[in-house]
Amino acid sequence: MYADMVTARYYEERLQEEYLEGKQPKFDISAGPIPGELHLAAGQEAAAAGVCAHLRDDDTVTAPHRPHHVAIAKGVDLKRMTAEIFGRETGLGSGKGGHMHLFDPEVNFACSGIIAQGCPPAAGAGLAAKKRNTDSVAVAYLGEGAIDQGGFLESLNFAAVHDLPVVFVVEDNDWAISMPQERVTDVESAASRAGGFEVAGVAVDHDDAVAVYEAAREAVGRARDGNGPTILSVQVHRRMGHFMGDPESYRPDEDREAATERDSIERLAADLRAEGVDDEALAAIRAEAHDRVDEAIEWAKGEPNPDPEAAYEDAFVNPASGVTDTEPDFDLAETGGEER
Amino acid sequence: MSRAIVEAIGTEMRENEEVFYMGEDVADYGGIFDSTQGLLEEFGHDRIVDVPISETAYLGAAVGAAQQGMRPIAELMFVDFFGVAMDQIYNNMAKNTYMSGGAVNVPMVMTTAVGGTYNDAAQHSQTLYGTFAHLPGMKVVVPATAYDAKGLMHNAIRDDDPVVYMYHKRLMGLGWLPAPDGPKTPVPETDYTIPFGRADVKREGSDATVVTLGLHVHRALDAAAALAEDGIEAEVIDLRTLVPLDRETVIESVRKTGRLVVVDEDYRSFGLTGEIVASVTDEALDALEAVERVALPDVPIPYARSLETEVIPGATDIEAAVRATR
Repeated sequence: MYADMVTARYYEERLQEEYLEGKQPKFDISAGPIPGELHLAAGQEAAAAGVCAHLRDDDTVTAPHRPHHVAIAKGVDLKRMTAEIFGRETGLGSGKGGHMHLFDPEVNFACSGIIAQGCPPAAGAGLAAKKRNTDSVAVAYLGEGAIDQGGFLESLNFAAVHDLPVVFVVEDNDWAISMPQERVTDVESAASRAGGFEVAGVAVDHDDAVAVYEAAREAVGRARDGNGPTILSVQVHRRMGHFMGDPESYRPDEDREAATERDSIERLAADLRAEGVDDEALAAIRAEAHDRVDEAIEWAKGEPNPDPEAAYEDAFVNPASGVTDTEPDFDLAETGGEER
Repeated sequence: MSRAIVEAIGTEMRENEEVFYMGEDVADYGGIFDSTQGLLEEFGHDRIVDVPISETAYLGAAVGAAQQGMRPIAELMFVDFFGVAMDQIYNNMAKNTYMSGGAVNVPMVMTTAVGGTYNDAAQHSQTLYGTFAHLPGMKVVVPATAYDAKGLMHNAIRDDDPVVYMYHKRLMGLGWLPAPDGPKTPVPETDYTIPFGRADVKREGSDATVVTLGLHVHRALDAAAALAEDGIEAEVIDLRTLVPLDRETVIESVRKTGRLVVVDEDYRSFGLTGEIVASVTDEALDALEAVERVALPDVPIPYARSLETEVIPGATDIEAAVRATR
C-alpha cells in the first residue's frame, strides 16, 4: 500500500512538471508535451491503495476522470499508461483515449470521463461475475460530487436488487470543481445514501489508509461472498485544483492549506514506523517507486506519436465500411431444417 | 466572445426578473468557459444558481420552470454530457409544446460548450450540431463572432421556444485556450437582436460557396484568404442558426458560384454536410457543378495531437476542398 501511494504521488508530481512544460509563463492548454486536460489526485491515494489491496486481476475497477492513483493501485501497466497520457502510439489506447480514458483489460481496469458513468459498467461486471458463478468483484470509483447522479443511484439500486458484487468507493475530497459539498447535498457522508437502498454503507475518516484497508476488506469480502453491494465513502483531500490550470479562486485559502496539511502518506509512514519498519526500509520503497516512475516517463517520452492515418482505425473491431457478410456458414439441408 | 454573451445575459436579467441562470460551476467559478463571468456579483446566488452534478434534474427543472412562464437559462457544461439528461432535453424540453398542441411552451435556453482542437479526447470534444438540429422542437444557435453571439443571445432569451445555444470553446477568448482573431469583433453597448434563420455572408466571392458555422467560419475565412492569392474567390457563409436553417442564402450563393463546399466540425454521416448538400440539390441541382464535404470522418475524436489534427478539419483541408471543386 505504501509503495502504491508513494508511486502515485511521485508519478503525478512528475506528470505535473511535464504537463507545465511549454505552458509557462502563459497557460495554454493546447501547448506542451501532454495533451488536453489533466486531473491530478494528490491527497486521494489512500482510497486507491486501501481498496485495491484486496483486488485481484480478475476483479474489475472503473475509474472516473481522475484515475491515475487508482490505476496504479490496480496494477495497470505503468509504462503503457504513461505513453497513453503522452498520446503515444504504444499507449494503452494507442493514443486515442488519453488520461481520462485509460483501459487495461489485463487487469480489468476501465475509465469514463463523465461523472458517475463508470458505475453502470461496474454493476455490469458484477452481473457477469454472478451469472458466471465466479467470485470476482467490481469496484466503481466516484467523487462525492457524483452521488446525486442517476448513473450512481440507478446502479446502486440495480446492484442491490440483484445482490451484485459491487463496491462503490466514493472519494470525498469536499469539492466538485467549485462546489463545496454542503451546497449540493444534504448528507454529510455519501454512506448515508446506503439506507434508502438497504445496502451497506461505511464512511472512513481522514487520511487513514489502514482504516480504508480494514473497511474495504469487509466491503470486498461481502461482495465476494455474494452478499451484495456496499458504499464505501472515504474522506480524502484535494491538494490541487480540479484540473491543472484551475485558479481555484472560489476556494478559501485556509481550506486549501488544511488539505495539504493532512497527508495520508505521512500518516501511513508513521503507522509503519510504529510497527517497527525503519526509515531505511521506507526510503528504499520510495526510491524504488521513483525509479519505476522515472523509467516509465522516460520510456513513454521516447515512444513515437501515432501515425495520423491511425485515426481512422478502431471505431469498430470489424471495420464498418462495405457490406457485412451475412451468408450462413451451414447448409440448411444438412441441419435437417427446411425453409418456412 | 464570452464577454458579449455575458453582457446579453446581464441585460436580460436586469430587465426581466423571470430570467435566471443555472448550471455547474456557474456562480463562484463564473463558468468553466467564462459563460457567466461576473454575474454572481450583481445577481447573487438566487439568480446565478450553482447546481449539483445532476443534469437530468436541473435541465428538467428548467423545463418545468419555463412551463411556469419563467425564462431559465440552463448550462450543460460540455455538450458531450447531454446523454446524461437527453430525455429531459429531447422528450420534454423539445416536445412539450408540440405534444400539448401548443397549450404549453418552454421558453428556456440551454447553453453548452462544443468543440475540440485542444486534445481533450472523445468525451469532451464533440460539437454534435447535427444531433440537436436533427431532433425536432429546439432552435439551435451557433455563434461565430462576438457581435453575433450577443445579438443571438438576446434573441434566444426573448424567444418563447426552447433554444440550444452552442458556443465553441475556442472562440470564447479564454486565457488558457487562445482564440483566433476572427471572433473578436466590435460589439455595440446597447442591446440588439439577431433574428434566427438568417445566415451571414462573412466573405463575398464568386467562385465557390463555403458553408459552415462556429469555429470553422474562421478557418474557412483563412482558407478563402489563401485562395484569393491564387485568384480564387470563395464566398463564406456562416449559418449562425441550424434551426431554423437559412437554406435560401446558401442556394442563392450556389446559383452564383456553382460550387459548394460544406464544412462541419461534427461527424460526417447523417449530419449538417449531408443536409446542406441535399437542400441545394433539391432546389438548385441545375446550378451545381461540384460539391465537397469536409467533416469529421465518423470516428470518435482522438486524444493524441497528430490524430486530432488529422480528423478535425483545418484551413488547409478547406482550401483543398475548394480547389477540388475547380
